[in-house]
Amino acid sequence: MRTVLNHTCLLPVHLNARSPYSQPFPSLSELSSALGGLGGVSELEAETLRPVNLLQERNILPPKRAPPPEPNLSNDLRKVNCSPDTFRCTLTNIPQTQALLNKARLPLGLLLHPFRDLTQLPVITSNTIVRCRSCRTYINPFVSFLDQRRWKCNLCYRVNDVPDEFMYNPVTRSYGEPHKRPEVQNSTVEFIASSDYMLRPPQPAVYLFLLDVSHNAVESGYLNVFCQSLLDNLEKLPGDTRTHIGFVTFDSTVHFYNLQEGLSQPQMLVVSDIDDVFIPTHDSLLVNLKESKELVKDLLNALPGMFTHTRETQSALGPALQAAYKLMSPTGGRVTVFQTQLPTLGAGLLQSREDPNLRSSTKNVLHLGPATDFYKKLALDCSGQQIGVDLFLLSSQYSDLASLACVSKYSAGSVFYYPSFHHIHNTAQKQKFQKDLQRYLTRKIGFEAVMRIRCTKGLSIHTFHGNFFVRSTDLLSLANVNPDSGFAVQMSIEESLADTSLACFQAALLYTSSKGKRRIRVHTLCLPVVSQLSEVFAGADIQAISCLLANMAIDRSISSSLSDARDALVNAVVDCLTAYRANGSNIQPSGLIAPAALRLFPLYVLALLKQKALRTGTSTRLDERVFSMCELKSQPLQQIMRMVHPDLYRIDNMTEQAALHLNDSVIPQPPLLQLTAEKLTREGAFLLDCGSVMYLWVGKCCNETFIRDVLGFQNYASLPSNMTEIPELQTTYSERTRAFISWLLESRTFLPAFHVVKDDASTKTSFFQHLVEDRTESAFSYYEFLLHIQQQMSK
Amino acid sequence: MRRWIYCGRFRVYITETRFSSCGSSIFIMIHYAAVPPIGGVRATRRFSSDSEESPGSRRESGSAEMEAAVFILSLVDCCALIFLSVYFIITLSDLECDYINARSCCSKLNKWVIPEMIAQALATVLMLVSMHWFVFLLNLPVASWDVYRYVKVPMGNMGVYDPTEIHNRGQLKSHMKEAMIKLGFHLLCFFIYLYSMILALIND
Repeated sequence: MRTVLNHTCLLPVHLNARSPYSQPFPSLSELSSALGGLGGVSELEAETLRPVNLLQERNILPPKRAPPPEPNLSNDLRKVNCSPDTFRCTLTNIPQTQALLNKARLPLGLLLHPFRDLTQLPVITSNTIVRCRSCRTYINPFVSFLDQRRWKCNLCYRVNDVPDEFMYNPVTRSYGEPHKRPEVQNSTVEFIASSDYMLRPPQPAVYLFLLDVSHNAVESGYLNVFCQSLLDNLEKLPGDTRTHIGFVTFDSTVHFYNLQEGLSQPQMLVVSDIDDVFIPTHDSLLVNLKESKELVKDLLNALPGMFTHTRETQSALGPALQAAYKLMSPTGGRVTVFQTQLPTLGAGLLQSREDPNLRSSTKNVLHLGPATDFYKKLALDCSGQQIGVDLFLLSSQYSDLASLACVSKYSAGSVFYYPSFHHIHNTAQKQKFQKDLQRYLTRKIGFEAVMRIRCTKGLSIHTFHGNFFVRSTDLLSLANVNPDSGFAVQMSIEESLADTSLACFQAALLYTSSKGKRRIRVHTLCLPVVSQLSEVFAGADIQAISCLLANMAIDRSISSSLSDARDALVNAVVDCLTAYRANGSNIQPSGLIAPAALRLFPLYVLALLKQKALRTGTSTRLDERVFSMCELKSQPLQQIMRMVHPDLYRIDNMTEQAALHLNDSVIPQPPLLQLTAEKLTREGAFLLDCGSVMYLWVGKCCNETFIRDVLGFQNYASLPSNMTEIPELQTTYSERTRAFISWLLESRTFLPAFHVVKDDASTKTSFFQHLVEDRTESAFSYYEFLLHIQQQMSK
Repeated sequence: MRRWIYCGRFRVYITETRFSSCGSSIFIMIHYAAVPPIGGVRATRRFSSDSEESPGSRRESGSAEMEAAVFILSLVDCCALIFLSVYFIITLSDLECDYINARSCCSKLNKWVIPEMIAQALATVLMLVSMHWFVFLLNLPVASWDVYRYVKVPMGNMGVYDPTEIHNRGQLKSHMKEAMIKLGFHLLCFFIYLYSMILALIND
């Protein structure tokens, strides 16, 4: 039977004793009558619909991060349903009609992470892949078998025949039980694709590195870090014996490197005609990695030294990209671009558009969109030839990331940004760059991929968010697919879903693995359909809703304006809470009432409004703002939630109480704290986990045992101001802290940068800007925001 | 001294006959009699090698001729606009049904955005110049919408039809609706011009 989830069992703490309605958690029958005759509502729903007065509830945050809501399905369906880490819907109860969805004023969409690293993945090796004849859906656990020989598609309701080979189950070696086969028992499967699924023989892994070697680039010193990192990871690049690699460097001219097997050392070929760049030789610029490994290593060792005395300050990125496109067109693959300044020469040259005086403007922020369509066109050309372009921007000045990022956005690449990168003056960035490169070079990759998302008849997808190119109505073209990117789609309900009780969604990703095998990864999600507004609210997944709203706000700020986007976000909360109030009967007319499922909604929206991407009034560099927007649109959900609403823990007094015991280590579980300076105290040390960066804030009067045992210094005053890691000491405190931090980092792919922040350091602003519940000179505090919402609702 | 004949209401000048490699071709200049100055005349119907014009102006017939000519030109223009709208609708529905991909669809459509704008502007200006205020005011919103749409394209987009945005936010549907509305409007204008042209021709 369903049990009441712990995290929702918070008794409201009523500060205002005079409120006539303050009472402990009402009984089920009282709730039923109060919520207007729900009757037969389950315990789970009653819990998520419990009204919460946001103005009075002080401890709104659950002690641990809430798990995603469980859909209201039978046990067997729930067991086989897709993992919420892979496939998540904003509403776990799908409304029956568009009118009902409009009444709820919540967005309907899916958040996917289809190529996530999985620990167990059933791989189907059979010759026939069973698919519906009309809608081409793959067979999944939610189809219905009419008898042993026919199955009914759950997306288009067509009846199909079961092929003979399918009747035999290779796992149990039995015949006549098609519903026991692994495709029908698992919602996440991987098929091995036959040649029908290939337009051409599967391509080998081809990697091209485009390196900026202008004076600026050499000054910043990234070349050393990159070459060292690649040398260390050369063996671990995903691929097989056919893997190819190539290098192109550029400043005001483009340089190619001949790495043919027989040569004694790499040969550099310079093309100075950047207006019509051409490829000097046809082979041996992209060479087989196994055969030319020695030459590649020689080149990587020599590269940093080759340009130390360069005086070139211009950067011809556009021509270099055109050259890379020409080089890679025959095969496709991945191009990695390292850029340290604004491209100033040749095609695609950009102007400096940022006005430093307008960084903290409260009015509109301009230049959020690209300045030229050169990079977009190039990205579309690359996408057509299955070339994915990843961008590493390591600049300290304005580099028009809004235009440059287009080259990755539409070719399914990723964007990485290291503002003010310098190998000596900014060691934190250098370490982050090293760690990121380690993950980037060794992570799994899929080539020449396409993805299709299918929904039950009646639902249709109208907007897509993420780094890919939408080639036709529901076909997403991804030149490269990597395990760290997430996607989002928005749906609408075209026809009524009244005659079905289950809505299903299927995401199928067809890709070529780095070993040259063609695979199809299929994820299927099933959710119930409901006809009551209260049930829609009960099934709302607030984290997914916040992420989808973030995507929509960014789209709106680029197409219309930033202030429009901010207003739309506030209106989303106002409309939703008004709809909830209008639906339920008024038990508490005063105060701001929200159902328990949506009680964190205003908090997450306030946190979004204070993100670098969407904030106004605080000085934000344009490139950092644009990068924050790119992150919000392309990261998977957990990463976004940590970025938007970081986790704050007190770690100087962690105890073994309620600790986890894993693998003979004890991992303490301190409770989550609300992001306000009220929760900080001078006598403590606090850890803020923001996803890509972690801060350890040490109070002025923090107890010396902690500083000595964990940080390795005698007292607060002797702590250096730029500490970036916790030393490994043999004390219990240190082991406990390190166990906790490693437990937090366990399933993370990109390791965060770590900073130890003292209370009086100048870097403490970067820590305090994450405390979203506090008032700043240009933004509301949490309580003020609630009052603002209440005021808007009463208009 | 140029030879001319009457062809209906039009005076047709035969300028030269030239033998080209594919046979002879006659270059014909179509000239409609402009409103003659007061006192100017129009020659009577006959072959004449001199361009003398007999006295007695018939200004109404001159202006009626011009009317008809204006409407014929607008009719031809409107036909072109109808064909363009149909072409847009067909291309967009091809994209909807997956017969072509977004990039080729958008490049095809973007090629014809400026010609469409020019044709629409021509029709509007013709109506303005010939002082048909009602039809001018009918054409003006469409022409200004065309110009607005063209000018409002953000800098990073590849034209009015952008392949990366066309599948987002229902843009495909809104473009299709726009093309349908334009088709209906041009058909309406076609019949208006046809009717006005016949009226003008009859009144001659």
